[in-house]
Amino acid sequence: MEKRSRSFYVLAAFFGLFVLFLYGPIVTIGILSFQGPQGGLTFPMNGVSLHWFRDLFQEQAVGDIWGSFRRSFALGLMVMVTTVVVSVLGGLAFRKRFAGSTVLFYLTIASLVIPSILISLGVGLIFNQIGLPVHWASSGFGSQLTWTIPFGLLIMFAVFNRFDKSYEEAARDQGATAWQTFTYVVLPIIAPSLLGVALFGFTLSYDEFARTLLTAGSYNTLPLEIFGMTTNVTTPVIFALGTLTTLFSFFVIGVFFLAVWLSSRRQDKTSDAGKGMV
Amino acid sequence: MPPRPPLSIFTKMKRQAVLQNRNVLGWLQASPLAVVLLGFLVAPIVMIVIVSFWGATEYSIYPAFQFDNYEFLFGSSVTYTVFFNTFKYALITWAMTLVLGFTVAYFLAFEVRSLKWQIGLFLVCTIPFWTSNIIRMISWIPFLGRNGLANSTLISWGVIDEPLEWLLFSDFSVILAFVHLYTLFMVVPIFNSMMRIDRSLLEAARDCGASGFQTLRNVIIPLCKPGIMIGTIFVTTLVMGDFITVRFMSGSQRANVGRLISNDISLLQYPSASATAVVLLCTVLIVIALLLRLVDIRKEL
Repeated sequence: MEKRSRSFYVLAAFFGLFVLFLYGPIVTIGILSFQGPQGGLTFPMNGVSLHWFRDLFQEQAVGDIWGSFRRSFALGLMVMVTTVVVSVLGGLAFRKRFAGSTVLFYLTIASLVIPSILISLGVGLIFNQIGLPVHWASSGFGSQLTWTIPFGLLIMFAVFNRFDKSYEEAARDQGATAWQTFTYVVLPIIAPSLLGVALFGFTLSYDEFARTLLTAGSYNTLPLEIFGMTTNVTTPVIFALGTLTTLFSFFVIGVFFLAVWLSSRRQDKTSDAGKGMV
Repeated sequence: MPPRPPLSIFTKMKRQAVLQNRNVLGWLQASPLAVVLLGFLVAPIVMIVIVSFWGATEYSIYPAFQFDNYEFLFGSSVTYTVFFNTFKYALITWAMTLVLGFTVAYFLAFEVRSLKWQIGLFLVCTIPFWTSNIIRMISWIPFLGRNGLANSTLISWGVIDEPLEWLLFSDFSVILAFVHLYTLFMVVPIFNSMMRIDRSLLEAARDCGASGFQTLRNVIIPLCKPGIMIGTIFVTTLVMGDFITVRFMSGSQRANVGRLISNDISLLQYPSASATAVVLLCTVLIVIALLLRLVDIRKEL
């Protein structure tokens, strides 16, 4: 192996600073959430305590944090499942280059780049004019899908563009029906990527703010609740909440990575398919 | 391969049938996607366009066909300032995320040598994307505040005598937050383009006597153009459509188009908000159309 050039060390230092820039702030509020009861929003630490975390778990005036967490969690799961199903079907559809696929493709891209507040405003207006109440599980759910599904589809595009069609042809040649080919051949191969789609579906929904702002109705999701807190809460309790919900996000991400790792390990172990090719 | 025999009429018919079948199946599979996009993307946009011609009283809106909202919008000097601000944020953020994102992606793709480390460090860069933007904004407060880390550090080093006021609730903090939130959108597509570059091209460049900088300028950057474009589209549209970062990080002291819309919404002036939204949408689409002339995204996936 050749020796590292000087540029490596310069760039490595740059990268280190970038990671510090990415994670530094969140680590800071993690530390500050352990402020003593008299502590404020900035350093210095005024003692160390779990006071602000305890505050979160007590009955409180600031709002319905746990209710909003439950709603965000439920909504995240709904969005996750829908995103996976719609993205897989969409990915399969786009492989066929059906008539109208170009329009649908550009609509999907448009969904990514159109400012979120427009979706929020438009969906809110429609529900208003039809006379339906906006609710996180109906209007909020639909609005979030316009953000999560395009990401899911992009992943599916990447997956299917690298997908070796000969596996399917082999299955078909051996007499598998289309459905059998899908469930026994295609699905197991793309399964780890589906976990990726699911991760995007859940986390993007769980953290979504702009698209739910006008579509969640009278029951807030967690990001809305947190944003509400920023205007009237001036104690480290908001840092404690931020720390907890970020830890929860890390936990979810960890679970998905673990699942991907396990499923790819299982694939490596149980089947010697393709080994002869290498 | 032997020459193909001419197709019989039956084969042709069968192919035709399959083709139609394929369309039908494709439509069936795409229908959930189409339903979501029609219901929650196309319909809302159409609704906004319609409502932008409506009228409003203090507490309600009524159907009409008038250009008052647009006249007011284009007649007000605030609009132009706010649009200028929006472009300013987009341009500065774009430049900064591009430099940062390109450098980070370059490090990952060309300087880190084992795939394991590449993936690991890449994930380190992407994980914040799956956490809450609002929390990530809030987390700047202890850094930038009057008595925050930045000020107290600078004072203790003797660089400044009294706290800098422009660190928080200013253009500076807004752009800092944008860069913090969106650099990832540059790193991922550029990294993706870089990983596809055939390494033998770099060797060839070196063998031909190109310096590191020449290789970067004449080989790597041109081949990364699609990634750079995709990142550019993401960053500019996210920044142009934003309202919450500007509101939060400027302490409501700065405005962009998104904030104009959200202010109208909070005053229940939906028609006026819709008109602004339509203009914003057109602006964003024009920017994207200009960018798309430079790259075909469908090829790049």
